[in-house]
Formats: sequence, C-alpha cells, structure tokens
Amino acid sequence: MLDTSLTSGDLLFMLKGAGVTLSITFWAMIGGTLLGLGFGLARATANWWVNTALGAVFDLFRSVPLLIQFVLANSFKSIIGLHWSAFTVGCVVLAIYTSTYCAEIVRGAILSVPATTRRAARSLGLSYWQDLREVVFPIALRSALPSWIGLTLGVMKDTSLVLWIGIIELLRSSQIIVTRIQEPLFVLMIVGLIYFLMSFPISLLARRLEKRWQEYE
Amino acid sequence: MDWSGRSTRPDGTWRLSLRLEFLESPPIRGDLFSPPTPGTQRVHYTFHWYPAFRAIPEMLRGAAITLEVAVLSMLLGVSIAVLLAVASGTRYRSLRVIASTWVEVARNTPALFQIYMAYFGLGSLGIHLDSFPALLTGITFNNAGYLAETFRGGLRAVPPTQTLAARSLGMGQLQAFRFIILPQMFRVVFHPMTNQMVWAILMTSLGVVVGLNNDLTGVTQELNVKSFRTFEFFAIAAVIYYLVAKFVTLSARLIAWRLFRY
Repeated sequence: MLDTSLTSGDLLFMLKGAGVTLSITFWAMIGGTLLGLGFGLARATANWWVNTALGAVFDLFRSVPLLIQFVLANSFKSIIGLHWSAFTVGCVVLAIYTSTYCAEIVRGAILSVPATTRRAARSLGLSYWQDLREVVFPIALRSALPSWIGLTLGVMKDTSLVLWIGIIELLRSSQIIVTRIQEPLFVLMIVGLIYFLMSFPISLLARRLEKRWQEYE
Repeated sequence: MDWSGRSTRPDGTWRLSLRLEFLESPPIRGDLFSPPTPGTQRVHYTFHWYPAFRAIPEMLRGAAITLEVAVLSMLLGVSIAVLLAVASGTRYRSLRVIASTWVEVARNTPALFQIYMAYFGLGSLGIHLDSFPALLTGITFNNAGYLAETFRGGLRAVPPTQTLAARSLGMGQLQAFRFIILPQMFRVVFHPMTNQMVWAILMTSLGVVVGLNNDLTGVTQELNVKSFRTFEFFAIAAVIYYLVAKFVTLSARLIAWRLFRY
C-alpha cells in the first residue's frame, strides 16, 4: 500500500473533480432552493386540488431514478436542439429534483408555525406578506435549516450520477486514474475520504444546530 | 413543424410519428420548408415509439430483476441493521465503533461510490464480485447504514419498562428482544422502511454503471446502444420505475394495515 504509483498530479486531478462536484452541488442547491421556496409556499397556501396536482408531479420526480432523469434530459435537449453543455443539464436536472424535496421542507416548516402566531401578527396590523416575511420565515427557518443542510449533503452525493452523461467529477476522475495505475482500492479509499471530509463536518453542524435549537423550544 | 402522421408499413403495422423541426433563429412564416440558411441549424428528430413499445415485455423482465435486487438488499439490510442498532447500544466499545463507522460511511458517501467499492475495490483484496453481487453488496451496505440509524431511533421509542416487564414474566434477554421489543420497533419504523425500499429500487438503476445488463436500466441501456432511441426507451423505463415504486408503496400500505391494526 505504501508503494504506489499515484502521483501528486493525480491527486490534483481528483481535487479538481471534487471542485466540479462542489460546483454542481452549489448551482443545484441555488436553483433547487429558489424553486423549492416557490413550490413550498404554493403547497402551503394553495387549495386542495392545486396541492394534489403539485404533490403528484413532485412524486413523479422522486419515484424515477435520478440516473434515468439525467439520461432523459440529456437526450431531450438534443432532440429539441438546445446547445447546453452536459454540466448545465446536470445542474438543471438536479435543481428540479432538489426543488421537489425542498418544497416539502418549506411546506412543513411554514405549516409548523402556529396559526395563532400568524393571527396575532395579522391582528397587529401586519399585511399578509409582512407576516410571512417578518414572522413566519424566521420561525420556519429554525425547523427547516437542519433538513435543508441534510438535503444539501444528499444532493452532493447524488452529483456522482452525472458521470453517466459525461461530466468528469470526483468519482469519474478516480475511475480515470484507476484505469491507468490499476490500484482501485487505494484510489477509491482516497475518494471516499474526500467525500467524507466534504460531508461529515456539515452533517455534524446540522446535528448540533438541531440539538441547540431544540433547547429553546 | 410538420406532421408525417400515420404511415402504413409493408407488413401492415403502423406507427404514429411526430417530426419536430426547431430553428435556432425564429423561422420566417412560409419559409419553413426551404433549405436552412447558413448560420442556422435545423434539427430533425423523428420519434419512433413502435420499437420501444415492442421492447416492453423484455423491460418488464428487467423490472423483475430490479425488484429482486431491491427485495434481497432490503432483507439483508434489515437483518444487518438490527444487529448494528443493537451493537450501537451495547456497552462494548469495539462493537459501538464498528456500528458507528458503518453508519457514518454509508450515510456520508454516495451509493455509487459504495457500489464501485464492492465492484472494483474488493478486487484488490482478492474478492472478485460479478456485477449482480457487487450491486447487491453496495445497496445492502447502504440500506443497512440508513436503516440502522432509523432502528436506533425506533428502539429508543420503545419504553425500557417493556423489557423489564418481559423479563419479570420470565422471558430471557433474547426472548424479550425478539417477542416484545422488535415487534414494537417495527411498528414505529415501518414507514421509514417503506421509503428505504423505494430508495433501494431507485438505487438498483446504478447497476448499469458497473455493467449489469439484465435489470431494468441495464436492459434499457442494451436496447439503447443497439438502436440509439435513447429518449423513447428511457421514457418507458421511467414509467415502469414509477409504476414499480407505486406498487411497492401501495402494497406496503396494505401490509401495514394488515399487520398493525389493533
């Protein structure tokens, strides 16, 4: 194990792959959170049939493997002649996929704010949007943030699937190196370590936040 | 856009095809059928659904394999997860370390990584797994890690007085766990387990990355490389996955109703 032909260049190549993983995660989370906020707000406030329809559509995205969603989106963009890079397709698909989960988080968080609190805010003369912005969101954030961080970690792990549409991210870069130096276990262990180092501290943070905020309840 | 409509083939079968034409620059009315001007690109794609529909029986056989992997990985995963959940609550430090390492690695690395580890990584240790067992190992590892965490919460939800009562009735430690604690825990964790089962089904689609060619995604990919009708085949695969996931959710709901009603 000490005797390896892994070079520092290979390590740098893998770190670059990790950078791609992180940037896909970043864009997917930005898009997913913005969309998810809208969808979640819609689901928390809309009437029952809009709610059912939205729920059914979200369920569709969650019941089809992400790998197949990537392939479908990638071939569909070719069919309609969009000149998007695989990177963009990956980010867009992941963002939509993320938004369906984010919508559930947002909806749950908004509904977790007691109706009495909202009525109190409205009776103090706050408008609907003021109530939402100044009262509901700060309280809802507390219950949403730990699950949102969990979602971010989930998305980071899901980015590994974009290798199927030809993006060289962390896992794919390790495969390229394995093909050359033929030491799969060692290289994969480094990859595992990188993934672990990227996600474990954040999951600890989420756990701590959750514990600390529960104390105030 | 022009519709070629219903065309009859020499063998009497027919297909409905929709021809889509999209221009990069906005088309000028009446100029749609003239050759494209330089600098614009005209994309032609004719959907061929007929061969994709004809492949449905083959794909359904693939779906059976998919379900088989998912069920096997759930059975193995649940058994291991019960052991891990118990191990993480014992007073033996080494057992606790093993359990927490398993859980943290399973939860903090991608499932695809875990499958790669089983397929490529274990080869370095002299264990050469075929793609089916490698996929099964990877998903089982993942399932066990996630379920262990769920089960730990479920065990905590069963009051400790239950064990005391069972023991005072003369049950042994194992009997008390088997007949009193476990049934109550499964009641609590049944819903998360159903979710994990759906996850397992979706995860089986990763088998194609390590060369599995007889599960639903594998079959679809084989058909795809033969015909390059990527969209059609994968769209049908998506529908089948959705139906399988719904089938599992509904039957889990039925089972829960049957098992857990008072």
